Amino acid sequence: MPVLTRRRWMVTLLGLFCISVLVALFSLHVGTEPIGPWQALSIVAQFLREGGASIESADPSTVILLYLRLPRVLLAFLVGGCLAAVGTALQALLRNPLADPYILGISSGAAFGAALAVLLGLEASMVTFSTLPLCAFGGGLFALAIVYRIASSSGVLPVQTLLLAGVILNAIFAALIMFATSMMSPTRSFAMTNWLMGTLTAPTYPVLTILLVYVVVGGWVLFRQARALNLLTLGEDSAKSLGIDVEALKRIIFIVSALLTGAVVSVSGLIGFVGMMVPHAVRMFVGPDHRLLLPASVLIGGAFLTAADAAARTLLAPTEMPVGVITALVGGPCFLYFLVSRKRGLSFYS
Amino acid sequence: MMPTTLSMPAYTVHQLGFHYRHEAAHESQAWSLREVDFQVAHGEILGVIGPNGSGKTSLLKLLAKILRPHEGFIDLFEEKLDGLAHRTVARSVAFVPQESVQVFPFTIFEMVLMGRFPQHRHTIFGGWGWEGEEDLRLAEQAMATMGVLALAHRRIGDISSGERQRVMIARALAQQPRILLLDEPTAFLDLNHQIEICSSLRRMNREQGLTVVWVSHDLNLASQYCDRLLLLNRGALFKLGAPDEVIQPATIAHVYGCEVLVDRHPMSGVPRITLPAASSPSEQRSS
Repeated sequence: MPVLTRRRWMVTLLGLFCISVLVALFSLHVGTEPIGPWQALSIVAQFLREGGASIESADPSTVILLYLRLPRVLLAFLVGGCLAAVGTALQALLRNPLADPYILGISSGAAFGAALAVLLGLEASMVTFSTLPLCAFGGGLFALAIVYRIASSSGVLPVQTLLLAGVILNAIFAALIMFATSMMSPTRSFAMTNWLMGTLTAPTYPVLTILLVYVVVGGWVLFRQARALNLLTLGEDSAKSLGIDVEALKRIIFIVSALLTGAVVSVSGLIGFVGMMVPHAVRMFVGPDHRLLLPASVLIGGAFLTAADAAARTLLAPTEMPVGVITALVGGPCFLYFLVSRKRGLSFYS
Repeated sequence: MMPTTLSMPAYTVHQLGFHYRHEAAHESQAWSLREVDFQVAHGEILGVIGPNGSGKTSLLKLLAKILRPHEGFIDLFEEKLDGLAHRTVARSVAFVPQESVQVFPFTIFEMVLMGRFPQHRHTIFGGWGWEGEEDLRLAEQAMATMGVLALAHRRIGDISSGERQRVMIARALAQQPRILLLDEPTAFLDLNHQIEICSSLRRMNREQGLTVVWVSHDLNLASQYCDRLLLLNRGALFKLGAPDEVIQPATIAHVYGCEVLVDRHPMSGVPRITLPAASSPSEQRSS
């Protein structure tokens, strides 16, 4: 792999961006109501030009596209990109290629928050705005506070302690979630199981906007640290001697990753595999430099989850599959294939 | 950082104390270093020697600001090391760890280029930026000095530990430091590379005034290439001086707890240590 240059960076990201756009267009096109790709494109273009005014006299396909498919495709892209970015950052922070966004226990906290909301019937209490994501996000923050408190007790943030605290917290919350689910009525417990497997439902545009701003700000903070993350993978001593304030960096990465994970899990449930596999796969193709790896992972993660969600919507139509099942079923074998084919030729990482 | 003159010491270490376990700080043996006082002159090669666990690596990491002292202080070019940002320290001090973790498949070139990071300005993009022509040239030059230029596009995991050690030194040289801190740089190297690296360090020291602090197990190598030696014993400074003064049979016997023979190197005249024969000829006959 040659040294990363501005040119290679631009070309790679431009290529991946085009792929992402194609995948998004394809996802807008497929579904029970046939909408041609060009038609989809022109509806979106019209919407962007005229704003909400065009909806008044709209035909069913416009409504379906703008209120069901487009928000859902955007959500899938945001969630996928965010999971991949967080996975990339955490793999560098923990210097462990097996890390994923769920490893720190934040996601389990969020899932427990969601389980409590479902158990207590909070999710239906407000008509206009579902409180379930808020409860889930609250649960995530609670878990974040616990993990941070445990791991930073001696003034520094040892990554091994962080990892252990996360794993233990995951186990405790898993038990609590199972207990909460067992206390629910069958309908609710079914809804809960579905949520846990990871499902994307079309959000309203205000929710989508909040999430977008949140993810862009969080992503920006991670992106700024790209070179520092490169150095951090060399070990903390080396990173310090190369001028990184390692403790501050670890704190930033941990908190931003946890906040992003909490937000993503609250709107989509536990969609597995994207956060671990995408950074891995992308690293094999573009190299380990985080300046390219982070944005490339965002694009591939977004495109992958968008495609997986399109499959989840259409494969068993009119029934929907949980998208988490698709990501694991497609992603797992693909990943194993990369791993094996790579092992045979070159060595896989070191 | 202030302009420096040759008369200014590179480091002043005053009453330095450090321990790893906080809760055991009242036990005297819990301290890795205690009451260590010395100066490193600008432009010298200082060898740090001592038995395992005598605090050599801790001392080096304290000088690199990787660890913070619990007692006393360190001045870097007459400024408090504690008050300097890591980035500022990294612009004049480079540290070569004994071993480095390698989890991700960076190439040698990428690794060495990371040494250029401290020189980059921080903007609204944080540390984001691209390496310029100058960075590439300096990285290549550092790789050439350490004889790893041919490996530039290999992955760090695919090379031997001796080669990796040379890559680490090349990364440190790419930092263009005024002080180089080395932790056992020759541990994995074969004989010819040991000599090569020691001579190139010596050359940079003589020609560019590079100050070197070098932790070594190899007393002979240290006495041959260092201007002064600092002998640590159980966290305390036992002796500091020219190799002649430090490498004495009685001193070594006291600190290392074993008898050695000390004679002179036939060419350079520096002290040379030889281990006594495993068993004396008379014992061999009787057994």
